[in-house]
Amino acid sequence: MTPPRNRKALVRPHVVTAGRARPSRNIFDLVTLVIATSGGVGPLTPEKRRIVTLCQGGALSVAEVAGHLDLPPSVAKVLLSDLVDSGHITTRANAPADPADRSAHERLLREVLDGLRARL
Amino acid sequence: MDSVLASDRRYVRDTVRTAVKLLVVGHFAVGKTTFVGTLSEIRPLRTEERMTQAGALVDDLAGTPDKTTTTVAMDFGRLTLSDELVLYLFGTPGQSRFKRLWEDLARGALGALVLVDPNRLEHSFEVMDLLETHGLTYAVAVNQFDSAPVYPLQEVREALDLLPSTPLVTCDARDPISATRALIALVDHLLTPGQEYA
Ligand SMILES: Nc1nc2c(ncn2[C@@H]2O[C@H](COP(=O)(O)OP(=O)(O)O)[C@@H](O)[C@H]2O)c(=O)[nH]1
Repeated sequence: MTPPRNRKALVRPHVVTAGRARPSRNIFDLVTLVIATSGGVGPLTPEKRRIVTLCQGGALSVAEVAGHLDLPPSVAKVLLSDLVDSGHITTRANAPADPADRSAHERLLREVLDGLRARL
Repeated sequence: MDSVLASDRRYVRDTVRTAVKLLVVGHFAVGKTTFVGTLSEIRPLRTEERMTQAGALVDDLAGTPDKTTTTVAMDFGRLTLSDELVLYLFGTPGQSRFKRLWEDLARGALGALVLVDPNRLEHSFEVMDLLETHGLTYAVAVNQFDSAPVYPLQEVREALDLLPSTPLVTCDARDPISATRALIALVDHLLTPGQEYA
């Protein structure tokens, strides 16, 4: 038996995403948190099924979904965008403060600083 | 099954409401992967995008399987900072020719830590230029390799032509306390008013 080959080499990105290179909506940052809805996996392509199954366990960032499933982040975004449209995936409230809102941005930075200091 | 998954440490805690990111940048072998791995609570993950040599994202290879491509890897890790907040650290070489990748990474980032090797300071200029172009505030950390000579920080500062306000610290990317201190220097700096590049 031949050992399984690296699947990244076998699946060309444009095949996985049905030829679309970019998400229909640019709602995803690499750290947007996503989680599966209670909907189930329905009739989905294998790639999308893998994403939904992974995301049924809890929230993960877009980058983590890509990392766990060996997908380029650009491809993961397209697939996740479709899955949000089809109601399988939802984003966890995650609007990092608008940097233009100085005081909210500062509050966020302080939280980060406090969290880091607590680790020393 | 559900409860097994729910306690899976891979996942972000249910109470988390905000995710932020910081970039850890620097040239090849400066210690980015080590730094991210030292601090991450999850096994660090790696993603790869295929790019053409010219820097275009390869997502349309149909019919051109021979096109020369190169793989750009990015390592990242996660730190839960409180019940409501997680921090992601993205390690990336930050090459200017991979513009679209870089923009994606830089968008929404709070700031960047530039790791430098005092023996190869000139290799750090490209990424510092890139950060300034994108208006990302940064601090610089000298990753001190045991075998390397120790240079006075003032000499490093001059060689890198840093602004007087840019923090410059020494760190050991393998040591969690030292790596955390370097991030603290960065976030402290981000909190100082007036750090945006014109
Ligand atoms: N002695 C020492 N070795 C280090 C340190 N940081 C990284 N290294 C080693 O340097 C090599 C390159 O580090 P790596 O993190 O892969 O660099 P990257 O290419 O920037 O991600 C690895 O073999 C590391 O083990 C350090 O602080 N001290």
